[in-house]
Amino acid sequence: MALTNAQIDQIRGTAHEVREDVLRMVHAAKCGHPGGPLGMADFMTTLFLAHMRLSKDNLHAPERDRFILGNGHTCAGYYALLAQKGLVARDELMRFRKMGSPLQGHPHRNAEIGIDFSTGSLGNSLSVAVGMALAARLNGWDTRVFSASSDGESQEGQIWEAATSAAHYGVGNLTVIVDFNNIQIDGVMREVMDVRDLREKYTAFGWHAVDVDGHDVVAVDQALCDARDVLDRPSAIIAHTTIGKGVSFMENQAGWHGVAPNDEQFENAMAELAAAKP
Amino acid sequence: MESVLSTTRKLAPLASGDVQKIATREAYGQALLELGEERDDVVVLDADLSGSTKTKGFSKAFPERFFNIGVAEANMIGTAAGLAAMGKTVFASSFAMFAAGKAWEQTRQSVCVPELSVKICATHAGLTVGEDGKSHQMLEDITLMRVLPHMRVIVPADAVEARLAVRAAAETEGPMYVRLSRASTPVILSEEYEFQLGRGTLLREGGDVAIAACGVEVAEALGAAEILAGQGIEARVLNLATIDPIDTELVVQAANDCGAILTVEEHQIRGGLGDAVAQTVVRHAPVPMELLGMDDAFGQSAPASELIPHYGLDSASIAARAQELMRRKG
Repeated sequence: MALTNAQIDQIRGTAHEVREDVLRMVHAAKCGHPGGPLGMADFMTTLFLAHMRLSKDNLHAPERDRFILGNGHTCAGYYALLAQKGLVARDELMRFRKMGSPLQGHPHRNAEIGIDFSTGSLGNSLSVAVGMALAARLNGWDTRVFSASSDGESQEGQIWEAATSAAHYGVGNLTVIVDFNNIQIDGVMREVMDVRDLREKYTAFGWHAVDVDGHDVVAVDQALCDARDVLDRPSAIIAHTTIGKGVSFMENQAGWHGVAPNDEQFENAMAELAAAKP
Repeated sequence: MESVLSTTRKLAPLASGDVQKIATREAYGQALLELGEERDDVVVLDADLSGSTKTKGFSKAFPERFFNIGVAEANMIGTAAGLAAMGKTVFASSFAMFAAGKAWEQTRQSVCVPELSVKICATHAGLTVGEDGKSHQMLEDITLMRVLPHMRVIVPADAVEARLAVRAAAETEGPMYVRLSRASTPVILSEEYEFQLGRGTLLREGGDVAIAACGVEVAEALGAAEILAGQGIEARVLNLATIDPIDTELVVQAANDCGAILTVEEHQIRGGLGDAVAQTVVRHAPVPMELLGMDDAFGQSAPASELIPHYGLDSASIAARAQELMRRKG
């Protein structure tokens, strides 16, 4: 069912808050990865608000949906969304990457706050998502398993092992959203190691695969609805995004992959976000 | 001789009569069939070697709970982790070279970090894989697995212990590595034997020197003790099937009672059983030790029966090295 205008407004508003939290968290931690989560905020918020069945009420229900963040370094945005869901206290967000916090520098599995798996090493997660999807099917649950990945992560060979087996076993309950921003740590992805057309690749591997504008919440929602309706094979949504989206001096800059803004940069970034508040 | 061990450490019951030879991988396949019957949460994965690893029996009996992942060991371990994260007890098998070697990082990140019930049962470990040679003789897996937090490592001495170890793996939460062999090896233990995770077993009393072994080398250690007995030397023989966590009490008692410990394994001595025993001895009861195994070398193609004596891991070689070691006692 298509999103109502009110839902669209809510998603856009929440994505804006997620971007603010990402900047606050990375600034407070004095380290971390701001660029990726700023770019992913729109599709991640669409996923978490409109599709992912995860809440305080169903947190411990075994058959609820699962999420695994393949590009684990982008976790600031994920944690901000868990806070939006009421699973993580807002105060805790400011303890990101600090001693004793459950909000580790890369996600660590934590059943109490809804972190479904430990990630951080690129390439490992899609296999795990396939295992989760197989288990749900074995149990006769209608669980959807969502995984986020990225163009850079698609350089890892294990992604394609997992893609092969996901199609072989026809896990229709699995959807991966690939953050395609053409930036990786060492520079422009197409120059470092071009992964080429991921929609074509996933299609060739036997998946239902589509390209979308990762900042268009209506298009992302439609792609997630379509993926839900494809039952005989896994789905890949290639979400084309701009790294650092919303903060002009971070946009399309590989340098903002893993660097925290200083105080002045933080103030400027927050002011720019505030001016563009939906 | 008078027993110097606490009353809880009785001699393990040994098999009697004609020596049977069964590979530990056969016992694994048998245990999986039992577990599949008893528990519907048990799921088995393989990487295109189900005939060799002996998971094929399970795949025929419980096809809906068996997933062949193809020649993709890293993906197999990741998939196993995902199944375990949803509550399944997962057995994942391949040759030790690939299960422990190729998929080490996935085992660390996706199994040990989140502490999941993935039981990696790796076959064709060690020199006794024989003619396949260097590329397939996994001699580093104990090291790679025991260094991982939360991972428990078991190397069964024979088919009786292998079956019980696999059942214990299913009953114990968390990651586990079970090292199994291709070759048919003597059945040492009787059917009355009780396996306890984390506990070694005393196979022969003796106070002159202790020989601690694991896997296929346990039978060789018993043979060495027999040779030594003929020379008036009473060697204590320990089966340290659980390498992590090591049985500190049994090792320390052996050090205190015998004054010297020889370890034997078909594995690199760096990081293997010998290393685990040495760490225990150094910390709690320093005595002279000798470590037998592969010393910073790869193997070669030959029948297992020729490789074991070639690398000094047969009964006669062990007995000779035990005598040398005894001369270093204070």
